[in-house]
Amino acid sequence: MDIRFRIRRYNPEDEAKARPYWQEYELKEVQPTDRVLELLHRIKWEQDGTLTFRRSCSAGICGSDAMRINGVNRLACKLLIRDVGSSVQVEPILGLPVLKDLVVDMEPFFAHYRRVMPYLVNEEAVPEDGRERLQTPAARSVYDDSTNCILCAACTTACPSFWANGEYYGPAAIVQAHRFLFDDRDRAEEERLAVLGEGDGVWRCRTVFNCTSACPRNIEVTRAIGEVKMAIRKGSPEGVIRPFSHEKH
Amino acid sequence: MLDSKLHEYDAVIVGAGGAGLMAALYASTGGARVAVVSKLYPTRSHTGAALGGIGAALGNLEEDDPLWHAYDTVKGGDYLTDQNAAQVLAENAVDAVVELEHMGLPFDRTSAGRISQRRFGGHTRNFGESPVRRACHSADRTGHMILQTLYQQCIKQEVAFFDEFYVVDLVMNGETVGGCVALELGSGDWHIFHAKATLFATGGWGRVWSFTSNAHSLTGDGAALPLRRGLPLQDMEFYQFHPTGLYGLGVLLTEGIRGEGGVLLNGQGERFMERYAPTIKDLASRDVVSRAIYLELRDGKGVRGRDYVHLDVRPSTVNRHLAEAGEERRIDEAYIIQNLAETLDTCRTYVGVDPLKEPMPVRPTAHYAMGGIPTNLCAEVTRDAAHTVVPGFFAAGEVACVSCHGANRLGTNSLVDLIVFGRLGGKRIAEVCAGSDLPPIAKDAAAEAQAAFAQLRASQGNSRPGELRQRLQETMMQNVGVFRTAETMQQALDELAELRDRYEKDLHIDDRGQRFNSDVMEAWELGCLLDLAEATARSALARRESRGAHSREDFPERDDQNWLVHSLISRDGDQLTLRHDKAVDFSLWEEEKARGIAEDEQHFKPRPRVY
Repeated sequence: MDIRFRIRRYNPEDEAKARPYWQEYELKEVQPTDRVLELLHRIKWEQDGTLTFRRSCSAGICGSDAMRINGVNRLACKLLIRDVGSSVQVEPILGLPVLKDLVVDMEPFFAHYRRVMPYLVNEEAVPEDGRERLQTPAARSVYDDSTNCILCAACTTACPSFWANGEYYGPAAIVQAHRFLFDDRDRAEEERLAVLGEGDGVWRCRTVFNCTSACPRNIEVTRAIGEVKMAIRKGSPEGVIRPFSHEKH
Repeated sequence: MLDSKLHEYDAVIVGAGGAGLMAALYASTGGARVAVVSKLYPTRSHTGAALGGIGAALGNLEEDDPLWHAYDTVKGGDYLTDQNAAQVLAENAVDAVVELEHMGLPFDRTSAGRISQRRFGGHTRNFGESPVRRACHSADRTGHMILQTLYQQCIKQEVAFFDEFYVVDLVMNGETVGGCVALELGSGDWHIFHAKATLFATGGWGRVWSFTSNAHSLTGDGAALPLRRGLPLQDMEFYQFHPTGLYGLGVLLTEGIRGEGGVLLNGQGERFMERYAPTIKDLASRDVVSRAIYLELRDGKGVRGRDYVHLDVRPSTVNRHLAEAGEERRIDEAYIIQNLAETLDTCRTYVGVDPLKEPMPVRPTAHYAMGGIPTNLCAEVTRDAAHTVVPGFFAAGEVACVSCHGANRLGTNSLVDLIVFGRLGGKRIAEVCAGSDLPPIAKDAAAEAQAAFAQLRASQGNSRPGELRQRLQETMMQNVGVFRTAETMQQALDELAELRDRYEKDLHIDDRGQRFNSDVMEAWELGCLLDLAEATARSALARRESRGAHSREDFPERDDQNWLVHSLISRDGDQLTLRHDKAVDFSLWEEEKARGIAEDEQHFKPRPRVY
C-alpha cells in the first residue's frame, strides 16, 4: 500500500523554512499494521534526515510523540496506519510554541503541572513497624484512573479553553492533581483545592470532552476534572467518588 | 573552540530514570547541590516501561526471606552474581519498596491494605522449593509508577533539571572525573557541568539488536563514553533476551502474565516449559525460557510454522493449569482486566489480539544489559580487578555492573537495582561532596566533543545513519543473539568493522543546523552503538563457555574451573583488550562454609542450575 504524508514543517534557523509550510512525502510498501511513528522514521531515515520529531519508547508509555494526526491528537507510536487511511496529515500539537517541525516547547505545560503540587504530601510519622502505610483496595481504586497519565500533553493541547488562554492549567495538570486529591494518604487537600479553584484552575474547563477523546491512555479526563470541581464545591474530596472498577475500552 | 557555558555543582546526575532520580534525591537530601541532566524529559525515561513488579521479600501474602531473594538472584545469575551485591540488593529491597510507598507510590493492595505481591520468574521460597509471591506491583505499570513517583519527589525537593541536554563526554583530569560535557539539544549550545561527583544512570543499549523491547533512545551512550576515556566495561557478553516480546514489534509483554498463571504453548498446543523446567515451568529464569522458545522454533514447533509461540492467559487455560497443579486460586476476566491492563491494551492496539479471547504471539526480545560500568556497592566506578575507585565517578542502574545480576538478571530485579543502588550512590555522593573540593578541569574541556560534532554535522558521504544502524542491529541479532558460536561472532565483528569504516568515512547527514538536530544526534548514538556492539561481540567471543544469557553452541557447558570470573574490556588505542582476572564475590557461600554447613547443604555453592 502506498501512503502520502503531508507534514507541517518549520525551522527558524533556515530563512527559507522560517515560515511554517507543508511538505509532502510518499512511502511505498506500507503495511496496514505499521505505526505512524515507524513511517515518520522511514521518512527521516530513508528520505529526509532534517525531519524533526520527539519519540522514545515507541510503545505508548513514554509520552514523547503526541502529534496532531489528521486533525486529532494521537501518539504516533500508538496509531496504526489501518486506522488512519492512505493519506496522513501530521502537525505539532496546538497551543504550545513550535520550536522545529513537530517539536513544541513543553515548558509551559510542565510549569502548569508543577503548579498543582504533583506529589504526595504527608508529613505524619510513618507506621511504627517501619512498614508501608495501609490503604484499602477500595481507597486505592478511586484514583486509579488518573495514575495512568504519562504527561504527553495530548489532552491539554486538544482543549479549546487552553488554546484560548495558555494560563489555564489544562486537563493534564488537573488529572495529576486529581491523582493526589483522591488518595487518602495525602494531607494537602486544602492547599490543592485552593490552587485548583483559582482563576486559571478548573473553572476554565467548559466540559468540551476533547481531552477525554484525546487521551491515549483512555483516562476519563473530563470526569476527573468534574470530580475536582465537585470536591471544590463540597470543600473536600471525601465521598465525591465511589469506589469502582470497570473495563477500559 | 566554541563557547560553552560552565555550571558548577557538587554533583551532576546523568540520566533521569529510576536510578538517576533516586540518586538525585539522596544526594540532595544529604546536602549536595545536584543537577540532573538528561537527553529526554525525565518522565520519558525507560524506567516507565517496566511492567510487572519490583521484588522485595515483604512476605505480605506468604512467608518470604531476603536470603531466599538473594539465593534466587545468585542462582538466576548462574553464579556469576557477586554474592555481596545480591545480599545488599535483597536486604535493601524491603526497605526501599516501603520507602517508595511512603513517597506515594500507588501499589496495588491486599485485602489487609498491604502492598500486593505476585509471582515472577525465578523467585522462589526456601531456596528453590516453589514459586513465591515477591513482586510488588501497581497493575502492570509498576515502572511507570516508580518513575512518576520519583520525579514528583524531585519536584517537591526542587532538584535542578536540565532536560534535553545530551551528555557526550566525560571531563577527566588524569584519573579523576570532574564532570561532563553536554549539548543542549534545543539550541545546539554547549555546556560543561563541573562537579565533584558525576553519576551515570543512562540506562542500557537494547538498540544494538534489531528486535528489542528497548526505547529508541537506549543507545548505550553512558557506557560508550567511559570506554572511550580508557575505563573498562564489565561482563559485556551477558545480554538478556526476554522471552515474551510481542511478535513483530519486540514490545515487552510482562513476565507478570506468567506470574498470574499464563503459560507458553508451542504450535502443537503443548506446554513445552514442562520439559525444560519441570519444577517451576514457565517461571524459570529468562535465559532458560528464551532458549527453550528458540529450541522449539528451531524444531519447527512455532505456531503455524512461523517464528513465534503462544502466551496464553485466558482464564479457562490458567484455571485448568491451576487445578492440575492442585492450587486453589482461580482467576476470571475481571481479574485480568484489573491486573494486566497494559498487556490488554498493547495486544489489542498493536496486533489486534484480545488476550481474554485468544493467546498472544511472542518471541524473545533483546531486553537488558547485565554488564556495564563496573562499580562497588556504593555505586563508585571501579577500574580493575582490585576494585580501584575512579575518583569522582559513579554509576547506577542498567548502565552499571555491580554485579548483582551476574550472567542473567531475574525479573523485577532491575527495578530493585535502580532503587537500592541509586539510593546507596546518592548517599555516598553526599558524603564525598561534603569532604572534597571541585577538581580542577581544563578550560577547553568541551573542545573534543565539539570537534567531533562539527565533523559529524559536515559529513558528506553516502551512507545514511539509519541504514548503517539497521545492518548493525541485524548482524547482532543474527550472530550475537540468544545462541552464538565463534563463527557467527567473528562474522558480526567483520561486519561491524566494515560498518565502522563507512561510519567514519562515508556518513551522510542531511541536517546541518544547530537546533534540535536529531539527524546528527542519531549519528552520534550510532557511534555509541558501534562501540557497544563490538565490546559485546569481543567479550562474548573470548568467553569459551555457556553461562546464563551467554549461550555458545560451540561451548555448550558451563565451565566453573576456568570461567567463574568477570570479564573487563577496555580500549587501548584502536584495540579492545580483555582481562579475566576479576574474581566473583562468594561471601554468602564463604559464610556457609565458615558456619560449618555440610557441603551438600550449602545453598550458595555454585551448582548446576535446575529449575
